[in-house]
Amino acid sequence: MKTVTLSHGGGGKAMKDLIDVVFVSVFDNPLLAPLDDQARVPLASLAQYGDRLAFTTDSFVVDPLEFPGGDIGKLAVCGTINDLAVGGAIPLYLSCAAIIEEGLPFDLLERMARSMALAARDAGVDIVTGDTKVVQRGACDKLFLTTTGIGVIRGDVVLGAQYARPGDVVLVNGVLGDHGAAILAARGDLALDAPIDSDCAALHGLVETLLVAAPNTRFMRDATRGGVATVLNEIAHAAQCGIELSETAVPLREPVKAFCEILGLDPLYLANEGRLVAVVPPDEAARALAAMRGHPLGLGACRIGQIVERRPGLVVMHTVLGGDRIVDMLVGDQLPRIC
Amino acid sequence: MKYVDEFRDRDKAAALLHAIEAVTEEIRPAKALQIMEVCGGHTHAIFRYGIEAMLPDAVELVHGPGCPVCVLPMGRVDDCVAIATQPGVILVTFGDAMRVPGSQGSLMQAKANGADIRMVYSPTDALAIARNNPEREVVFFGLGFETTMPSTALTVLEAERDGISNFSVFCNHITIVPTLKTILDSPDLRIDGFVGPGHVSMVIGSAPYEFIARQYRKPLVISGFEPLDLLQSVWMVLRQIADGRAEIENQYARVVASGGNAAAQRAIDAVYEPREHFEWRGLGSIDHSGVRFREAYARFDAERRFVVPGVRVTDPAACQCGEVLKGALKPQQCRVFGTDCTPETPMGALMVSSEGACAAYYRYAAKTV
Repeated sequence: MKTVTLSHGGGGKAMKDLIDVVFVSVFDNPLLAPLDDQARVPLASLAQYGDRLAFTTDSFVVDPLEFPGGDIGKLAVCGTINDLAVGGAIPLYLSCAAIIEEGLPFDLLERMARSMALAARDAGVDIVTGDTKVVQRGACDKLFLTTTGIGVIRGDVVLGAQYARPGDVVLVNGVLGDHGAAILAARGDLALDAPIDSDCAALHGLVETLLVAAPNTRFMRDATRGGVATVLNEIAHAAQCGIELSETAVPLREPVKAFCEILGLDPLYLANEGRLVAVVPPDEAARALAAMRGHPLGLGACRIGQIVERRPGLVVMHTVLGGDRIVDMLVGDQLPRIC
Repeated sequence: MKYVDEFRDRDKAAALLHAIEAVTEEIRPAKALQIMEVCGGHTHAIFRYGIEAMLPDAVELVHGPGCPVCVLPMGRVDDCVAIATQPGVILVTFGDAMRVPGSQGSLMQAKANGADIRMVYSPTDALAIARNNPEREVVFFGLGFETTMPSTALTVLEAERDGISNFSVFCNHITIVPTLKTILDSPDLRIDGFVGPGHVSMVIGSAPYEFIARQYRKPLVISGFEPLDLLQSVWMVLRQIADGRAEIENQYARVVASGGNAAAQRAIDAVYEPREHFEWRGLGSIDHSGVRFREAYARFDAERRFVVPGVRVTDPAACQCGEVLKGALKPQQCRVFGTDCTPETPMGALMVSSEGACAAYYRYAAKTV
């Protein structure tokens, strides 16, 4: 089995071959092709889309690298696209920096690069610059990817958590927690087989649809690490409003529910990679929902709660039983409970 | 989810709450009735479903000492860290023990400093790690009441049968009955009845609680963990109070047999013997409240296999976990609640685990829902 060695990171011919074979040939686009130290983007080509640049970066260190519904390559592309998209930006260009542990099978690396290329092509963005490092065994875990993204925001789009106000409606685009549960199950150390696929997807198309239907959308965020609960807490804090959720309205797949029951986890804190929370004014909520449900990534869209005046800064859930509980930020990771 | 949703039915909950209100009016208590749910799993469910605020004002829930992670004293955490940091050791633990603070930090911090600490969901996973790493010493952090005691015991029996010599257990298993007696004997006690543990009772049955009814004249109802279980159990306790009865009743008959689980009891008897006394965080030393390995299984006892400091670390003076555990104070009445003691920097045991009463109050209720 051919593996990546330290010589692939040495700056010589082996490195050039690796970059050419694994990355450049599959990313294949005119801005990348000159292989200069930077990609050069004409400003005019950006300005046609809007009046503000959106710029974001994210690192991906998922274990395992491949999991049901995705892999680190797809995740690295979709994750950064989503960070641009929820700000109302049209995603255009990505960079890709790879830190590779020596000994990584070459075909696995190639598979991840192809996965990135495919996800980028599907999303209509180009990966235009990058970097490769190979580190000693143990200095990283198999493969770390960092993607940086550039997008452009239309002039009329103004989004921010602080714009949420009482009466606004909280929407999500589908069932929650699939990604977090899929990753935990795929790690195998909990010895649980769960038929759950990651929800990993690029959401910019859905966002565009939503913004057309609900132009006064206040705020959007992709509910990644920390889950929907964390996003809602950030909104409640920034807007100094309360948020009230209905437990019965929170959409969950049966296997995810069962998975959380067995492990004592709360699905509101599970990570998602293709789910967003949107806060929309009440008079646009119905149109926003209908528009989301008309998009392949929003078929399961629903309303989970609303912004309220009372208890500013707090997220409160009306439980299935009729009681209330606070949905707070977690201190650290969720840990499975003993009994 | 079948067999789960049925126990979370809103209409049935409303009917039970109505019955609870009716029986409370029938009792007409001069001051609020205090019912202690002993088990941390019950505390968790009570907060998760917002049950406490649904009850009449005249019924208060007191969150008892049944969270094994919460009552683990700092000295034992220090001993565990000392074992984990010895060369060649893999320490294997349940997830929620990772954050419990010792005087020198938690297992989470020890892991960050380089100790090989792994989280599992079952002691048999720890044994598998021992099989796969014959050159390493694998130590399982044995924690919990009679709920988890049999699985640790059976794992030790399996290790013995298969001749696995690099496996041992740092045994912190504890038993709830002596601690209930201590609580009942305490002068500041104001408990009117108990919701008894479900999983523990599945193992030990209902007979060990009889003294609570006979000697102390307090009702106890063994309860399941779903919200309707808890509401029904609260109603059953109140019904006993209204009738002037003090009995041990079993609401959780679908799981708990009155004699418990004989096979699990045999495994416990085979492997463990009572300790003279065991330290509980917040409650101090309680006679016969912990178990250790019998002589025949001494080689699986990490305390005898490794040098541990074994130093008793007293609880911080400001910490009032003991009063909260006994029901003398509500969590938010503790002098350090939410100030010096928070889930980020827990001072007392009850703030550490998600099952700890204070952590639950802080997380779900403290900010006055």
